[in-house]
Amino acid sequence: MKKRWSERIGFLMLYLAGILVLFFLGVILFDIFIKGVGVLSWNFLTQPPRMGMTEGGIFPAIMGTFMVSIITVIFAVPLGMFAAIYLNEYAQPGKITRLIRLAIRNLSGVPSVVYGLFGVVLFVQMFRFGTSVLSAGLTLGLLTLPWTITACEEALKTVPKSYREGALALGATKWHAIRTNVLPYAIPGMMTGVILGLSRAAGETAPILFTGAAFFLPHLPKSLFDQFMALPYHLYILSTQHHAIEKVRPIAYGTALVLLGLILLLNLSAIWVRYSYRQKMRG
Amino acid sequence: MEEPYEPSVTLEEVPVEKGWSHKRIDTKDKKIAFGKFRTGRLKEILIQKFFLINGLLAIFILLSIFSLLFVKGFPAIKELGWKSFFGSSVWIPNSYSTPQYGILSLITSTLMVTVGALVIAVPLGVACAAFISQVASPRIREILKPAVEILAGIPSVVVGFLGIILVNPLIAKLFGISNGLNALNGSILLAIMSLPTIISLSEDALRAVPKTYKEASLALGANDWQTLVRVLVPSALSGIIASIMLGMGRAIGETMTVLMATGNAPALTFNFLDAIQTMTSTIAIELGEVPYNTTHYYSLFVIGLVLFIMTFVVNLVSDIILQKYQQVER
Repeated sequence: MKKRWSERIGFLMLYLAGILVLFFLGVILFDIFIKGVGVLSWNFLTQPPRMGMTEGGIFPAIMGTFMVSIITVIFAVPLGMFAAIYLNEYAQPGKITRLIRLAIRNLSGVPSVVYGLFGVVLFVQMFRFGTSVLSAGLTLGLLTLPWTITACEEALKTVPKSYREGALALGATKWHAIRTNVLPYAIPGMMTGVILGLSRAAGETAPILFTGAAFFLPHLPKSLFDQFMALPYHLYILSTQHHAIEKVRPIAYGTALVLLGLILLLNLSAIWVRYSYRQKMRG
Repeated sequence: MEEPYEPSVTLEEVPVEKGWSHKRIDTKDKKIAFGKFRTGRLKEILIQKFFLINGLLAIFILLSIFSLLFVKGFPAIKELGWKSFFGSSVWIPNSYSTPQYGILSLITSTLMVTVGALVIAVPLGVACAAFISQVASPRIREILKPAVEILAGIPSVVVGFLGIILVNPLIAKLFGISNGLNALNGSILLAIMSLPTIISLSEDALRAVPKTYKEASLALGANDWQTLVRVLVPSALSGIIASIMLGMGRAIGETMTVLMATGNAPALTFNFLDAIQTMTSTIAIELGEVPYNTTHYYSLFVIGLVLFIMTFVVNLVSDIILQKYQQVER
């Protein structure tokens, strides 16, 4: 009888652990949604902040996040793709390949604030881009690079070996085989990874703190070398740095909701791309 | 999209190639490789080199992060000496008369919230992983797994925001203190941030245990719980430990949540109800305010360097454990 009890209690605890994790997620999503949805309106999404950010919308922050994300993608995706092609198609098992993989795994563990430090020195100071959309985008690009590489490599791995061998047997060169018989089939998988990397970059705050995000700007950045507002930074400002924190709380909730919504949307579209790709492969 | 199997290369263009590699060229092949063929071959080699350079980029970036942190941190160390950084716990860099740069309290603060986070996240995360991989019905699994993925995607600034708004008053009420922005708050938030890492990697480890282990244990008369605790978890232990190390790395490097929820008062304390200031939040608060290339500025890079080394070691150890584990599996 004793054993049965220990088993029951043990499994009960496992159940509780699962429920608790769901509870955490539920509280986060529920709280943000319930308190943020009231603020949401067309004006909130399309107007700049007014009256010292106590009124108005978050349009510049949305656009800023959007612009930075585009630079991140333009920078990180080709590099990540090329590195993945090397690792999956060209690299032979050996010391260098092991070292590259080790470096990638370690890069993904480097704290985001350290990427911020690196970005300040490299892009802001050495390359003289100043605190700008460009500096912040490139910093975030570096941050997402290890994820992009891993995602692209996973996608390349799913292409059957026979596709390459078929092309080679017909006399294609290696690059030709990759270009015509591997990449077209790996692109949707890569897209999924890229979107997921993008959703992480869009939510990052620490790397853009000192590379280009601005407290408040009445207008959108006019060039790549202008500062910008960003959703996560805006939320940080509204919840800790503002002079009337209680007053701007609804706006903070609204910002949090828009940010979360954006990220969930990106995640969903990644899932959708993966799903429709699978359907196509089957059909 | 192009037809995959169409022979798009005519016979004349067929380059000399051995297998899937460009490395070896037989003497006989070399002869043919002259003239018309040679350019094609050269192109292939250039393409390969191009991809190799991109592959090496990761190593290059890692090395340049380390060296830039070192180069920027070095002036401060040269001026003040190692001892004023690692022998003192007083961090008052913006004092006019005698600025002090002791980072001990920042390091202990970081370790404190990290340990606090692990105390919460490890039992919870491993239990949840065991639940998903062994107990849950397929339907519950279909709910829990995406839930963990979504949790992983929630930005740290949102978690920090809720730390201020939800956890803060809760702690203040529970312990009867005026302000709930302290190490405990940071630990709870960091636990939530590192849970997804621990859960998904531990689950992979548990799933990788050969089915025969479980069957043998059950056949010997052990019940499900005994099988889980005495057979499955010990077999997956190295993978679970690696996942915990990775979660720990995340907790050490996490910035926004601790910045928003721990109160930011640099002090050497071991009381979880005190406000603290971690290494990451120190950089985040002060880098935006200091003029470039001052001692204070350089000293922030010293903190960055320490942070980088700490996470590097943690990640490396987890990597080594994982590699060993995979070798044993084979």
